[in-house]
This record gives sequence, structure tokens and C-alpha cells, in this order.
Amino acid sequence: MTAEFLTEAKTGDRRSLARTLSAIENRTLRLDEALAVLGPVPIPEDGNWQTLAITGAPGVGKSCLLDGLLTSWAKQGLRVAVLAVDPSSPRTGGALLGDRVRMTVVDDKALNQQIYLRSVATRKASGSVPVIVEDMTKVLLSLGWEKVVIETVGAGQSEVRCAALADRIVVVEGPARGDGIQAEKAGLLELADAVLVNKSDLPGAELHADEIRESFELGIGSTPPVALTSALHGTGIDEAATVLLALPSSGRSVRARWRERLLAFHERKILESPKLDDLLHQLAKGSIDLDEAISLIGAFADE
Amino acid sequence: MSEPWRIVVAKPGLDGHDRGAKVVARALRDAGNEVIYTGLRRSAQQIVDTVRDEDARFLGLSSLSGAHQHLFPRVCDLLKQEGLNDVIVFGGGIIPVDDRDALFACGIRAIFGPGTPTSEILQFIEEAVQVENSGVGEASDWYWTSSA
Repeated sequence: MTAEFLTEAKTGDRRSLARTLSAIENRTLRLDEALAVLGPVPIPEDGNWQTLAITGAPGVGKSCLLDGLLTSWAKQGLRVAVLAVDPSSPRTGGALLGDRVRMTVVDDKALNQQIYLRSVATRKASGSVPVIVEDMTKVLLSLGWEKVVIETVGAGQSEVRCAALADRIVVVEGPARGDGIQAEKAGLLELADAVLVNKSDLPGAELHADEIRESFELGIGSTPPVALTSALHGTGIDEAATVLLALPSSGRSVRARWRERLLAFHERKILESPKLDDLLHQLAKGSIDLDEAISLIGAFADE
Repeated sequence: MSEPWRIVVAKPGLDGHDRGAKVVARALRDAGNEVIYTGLRRSAQQIVDTVRDEDARFLGLSSLSGAHQHLFPRVCDLLKQEGLNDVIVFGGGIIPVDDRDALFACGIRAIFGPGTPTSEILQFIEEAVQVENSGVGEASDWYWTSSA
């Protein structure tokens, strides 16, 4: 049965593609099993990226902006898949996945064959999200999607870690996001290969872009491009799409990204361990304390 | 823990009232499901594309415009055409009782009117997955009898 939707997915059937991704997400199908049928992940041409993360604070206009970028890329004939990551409630495990609301390109009959959009919830119990997103990305690439964009809210550790999986990271900023010192603070901006200051129609956007540029120039290594866009009015989008398509790695964050990826695999080991539920249960009962639990987790993480 | 259900909540046609759809989406989310909300004024084809690409198990349609007799069957037909026969479809909004049998005949498994407790929709979800062949294009003639 597994093989059936996999072979169908290979023929380009969208539903089978969706099912394959669900199977990966639900851990009923392993990546190596999928790739055995689908074929290997293509090796990127020298210097070109295959995966791009778009991240930034809630409300800066990531989805609208991405919609514009996708339209621009699709018009050039590229086939682009999007994994839109949204947080699950830590309390109930439920999620409201609303990124589609802002995506008009999936409704454009001339272009929607070249765009695949899939909403992904971070979930709570099924293991480490970033690793799942990485597996889903590989499935999409092996099925001939030329570029995979990962859209995340840059709010939590798992979302940042998702972004760190990508070949390039684009941080979306907006005007009126604090004074110059905010741009100096450590965080997401340090990982950026490019920054788009969206809502450029609003006052303060130019100033904010300048502050970010200044901040980058104080650092070492090459400075990532900082561009202004207005997703609302469509200004700067095609230009940004061109810049991003040829975006080189800034090289600033290579080490930080490897760190995130190592952590993701470490976390996966813990989260997928059958002992985890047992340990949590014992902790809740009070039969072991946190130190004991940590040493037990340490024991199997090294296995 | 079992995996959460993926549920698309959609507003077909020219209808700007989405308070009900949002309340239902929120209730489904709080019950631990992954809810994909389409936003307003979607065509039948857009909704079916979303269900396909998101690999949804359920589709909830909301209509307060009076056009449900046209839009709901259209969505069901397209789902069947695309081979999405196992998707379980339910609806809600301003849908007179007299109109409902025709919708059940299309394969819609529940219609919830104003005043339905959200807990009832969750009960429906639980029961519908137990019923054999409850998908929109499947053989069962089962449907949920709602309180409103």
C-alpha cells in the first residue's frame, strides 16, 4: 500500500504527494524507504540553493510577501514547494494553520501547477519537527520540485531550528520594530543571508533598513543584502525575487546552523526514545527526580 | 498519542460571514486537531485543491449566503472527480432543515445549524471515523442527526 502512493507520487499525482508527506510526518514511512522508490535527492548546481527559509516575527507580512515571491518565481517557470510551519498548542496539540489565507498564487490557474503549499504543525509528541521538515524537504526535492521554501514564525526554538535547516535564511522585518539598538541585539538577524524590510509603504521602513545595514557592516565577513518591499502594493517584490534566487550564502552563520542541526538530531533522539514517556510518568509520580531523569536521558542519548 | 486529524474549514462562495467558521475552527483546534482555514470567498475548485494538497481527512463547509444548494454539491462532485472519496464532509450555517436531505444525498455526513454546541461537532468527528465508508464518495448512507 505504501509503495502504491509512492509510485503514484512519482507520476506527479498531487494527492499521492500529499499522502507521502503525511506518512513521513506521521512516522509511518521512513525517509530512506521513500527515497528508495522516489529516487535520490538531486545534487544542487554549484552555489545554488535548494531550500530557503523565510522567517520573522508574527505580523511582519511573511505570507503575503512569500505569495508575491512565489508568483514571480512561478512566472519564470520554476516549480516551488512551500512548507508553512505553524506552532501547535503545547496544551492541546491542536493547531490553526492559516497561511493559505494569504496565498493567492495557489488559486491562480496559470501558475498553481508549479506551486505546492503544505501547512505543517510543530506538534508536540511526534518527535523533533525540524527533522521531519528536513525529511519532507528531501521528498519534495526528489520529486522534482526545484526549490523548497520553509516558512516559519521566528518565535520559538523549533521554528528557528526549522529555518536553520535551509540552505539560505531570509529574515523579514517591518518598520516600527523598535529603535536602532534592536538591530544590534543578538538573534535571528545574525543567521540571515538576506533581510527584507516589508511594509515599505509605511513610515520608518527606510530608517529601519539603514539600521540593519549599519549593524551588518559592523560585523565581520560579507554583508547580506537588505531590500525594501511592500507586499501590499507589490513594490520591490520582483527585484527581491531576483536577488533571492541568486543569493549566495553569507557564510556568517554556517557554524550556528550546524549547531542547530546537531541539536535537532540530539533532540530527536530524546523525543523518539520509548523511555521518554516512561520518564515523564515517573517524574509526575515523583518516583524519580529531575537529576535522575537527566542522567537516564543522558544514558540513552549516547547509545 | 495518535496523530491529530487534519481538517480543512472552508467558506465557499460569496459570503463574508466567517464568525461561525472561526468558532468551529477554534473548537476543533482546542480538541487537538490541525485545522487549515481557507479564508473567505473560495471557489469549489480552490477548496478541493486545498483538501488534496493538505491531505485533509475532514472538510467542513460553512455557508450563510443561501447558496449552499449550489455550492456544497459542487464541492462534493469535485472531490469525487479528484478521487478524494474518503474525505469526510460536514457543513454548517444557515441551512434550512428541508434542504438537508439533498445534501446528505451528495455524501455530506452532517449539517449543523445555529446553536449547535461545538462539543456536538467533536462527537460527530469521533463517530464519523468509526463509521465504515463515511467518506463523501463512499457507499454508506449514514449521517449525523444534529440538534440544531
